[in-house]
Amino acid sequence: MSGLQVNELSVSHGAIAALRGISFSVQVGQLAAVIGSNGAGKTTLLRALSGLNKASSGSVQWNKGEILGARPDALVRRGISHVSEGKSVIPELSVRENLVLGGIWRRDKSDTNAAITEVVELFPILGQRMSQSADTLSGGERQMLAIGRALVSRPRLILLDEPSLGLAPIVIEQIFATLDQLRRKLGLTIVLVEQNAMSALEIADTGIIINLGEVVASGKASDLIDDPALRAAYLGY
Amino acid sequence: MQKLLETLLIGISTGSIYALMSLALVLVWRSTRVVNFAQAGQATLSTYIGFEIASRSEIFWLGLAFAIIAGALVGAGVDYFFMRVLFKHAISGPAAVVAPVIATLGLLGLIRSIVGLIWGGEFKSIEAPASKDGFTIGQTTIPFSALNVLIIATVSLILITLAITFQRTNLGLSLRASAYAPEIAQLAGIKTARTRTIGWAIAGAVGGVAGMLVTSYNFLSPYSLDLLLVFGFIAAVIGGLESMVGSVIGALVLGIGLTFILNYIGTSLVFIGGFAVLIVVLLVKPDGIMARGKTRRA
Repeated sequence: MSGLQVNELSVSHGAIAALRGISFSVQVGQLAAVIGSNGAGKTTLLRALSGLNKASSGSVQWNKGEILGARPDALVRRGISHVSEGKSVIPELSVRENLVLGGIWRRDKSDTNAAITEVVELFPILGQRMSQSADTLSGGERQMLAIGRALVSRPRLILLDEPSLGLAPIVIEQIFATLDQLRRKLGLTIVLVEQNAMSALEIADTGIIINLGEVVASGKASDLIDDPALRAAYLGY
Repeated sequence: MQKLLETLLIGISTGSIYALMSLALVLVWRSTRVVNFAQAGQATLSTYIGFEIASRSEIFWLGLAFAIIAGALVGAGVDYFFMRVLFKHAISGPAAVVAPVIATLGLLGLIRSIVGLIWGGEFKSIEAPASKDGFTIGQTTIPFSALNVLIIATVSLILITLAITFQRTNLGLSLRASAYAPEIAQLAGIKTARTRTIGWAIAGAVGGVAGMLVTSYNFLSPYSLDLLLVFGFIAAVIGGLESMVGSVIGALVLGIGLTFILNYIGTSLVFIGGFAVLIVVLLVKPDGIMARGKTRRA
């Protein structure tokens, strides 16, 4: 099966096991929401997938190739972009420079420019701020810029860490709608890590609920939303 | 009036050399978070190589070119063979902060000894590429010479080249991104370790130029560039250690300030003056003269 397959992935921070044998899979073109409370291991999971954290055991395959153990800069070249926690833009650089950064490893500079144009079409507000320093952006604009930077590398798989964190509900709605659109129009595979369970599951195909480093439930997102026991235990509404 | 003008001009010439050393230190600090004391040693070795070429070929500029290449190679080598290994071994605890700095001090001593073994301790001099005789205006000769003009021109050219590289090229963007946010840079596909080594190479090359320029109106010994390191460091602190523009401004302020002390007060106070400036800046504006309202996130 092509897509993303995570098998028995374990990660330790020193003596503490952050992930204990996590397994799940995401088909190409699908959006998977990884839900869990603070400290459940969501960020660790994404960081292990993108090569920022070392895994202690397990395997991760992306389109049938092993990716565990590869460095982040190598994984970008294999179509995997990670938008890390907390609006991952570089405030000292301009908006344009942040976007250019996304395509900096690519040989095809004209396609990088085309990709930047597409990002600006997707998030018109960024177009008005191109030469401003990213420091001057609002939280929502920063998140758009972070996602935009990832898109400039023309990824096939996007790993998104809590894009809704600290944003106003209306902005969250806009960003989630964009993610939904990206999956439909570009066929991107998306792994979305969220504490904002309801919003995430609404646009997701599949949901994976993790707690204390283990998968406690997974399945069709709509089924998870409807499961009263899960709602009470993990989704908090 | 004339004394004021000549002091200013000499100050700019002196400050422009400090600027190169200060820039080299800032480049390394930004990318690696290490105050690189070995920078003086790297510059010394590069300058000896430049001296060797310049005195054999009798072409200063050929010597300078070799000093630049040697500086780049030595700089890259220090990062590749020392810093990478150090960071791999001392990842956590207080040692992680101290070990690399101490290592650069050790390296400084090591390079000086090697240079001493090869070239000996005696003073060497390089034929200056332009006249050291001051210009004559009307009846009077001022200390400002064609060599000073050449120094200012050379430094300006290097600063402009660096500014274009850092602001207008993808290499520059990679260097800045890797320095500001290594993790995001890596997620954007930049090979940050390699980029850092390139940064060290640029710093080394710039330090090599500083060494050659100082030596063109002075002498060369295994210790002759130590003072340059001290003043370069003070200039970098004045500029806030983070900012390349700040380091250049800091160096010019220091160069002009020290020349004024030299010309108006006396030679004996130059050292004290340098350190007084350092202490005042650290007390009044510890983030440097370029610091804005808030500090940069690490």
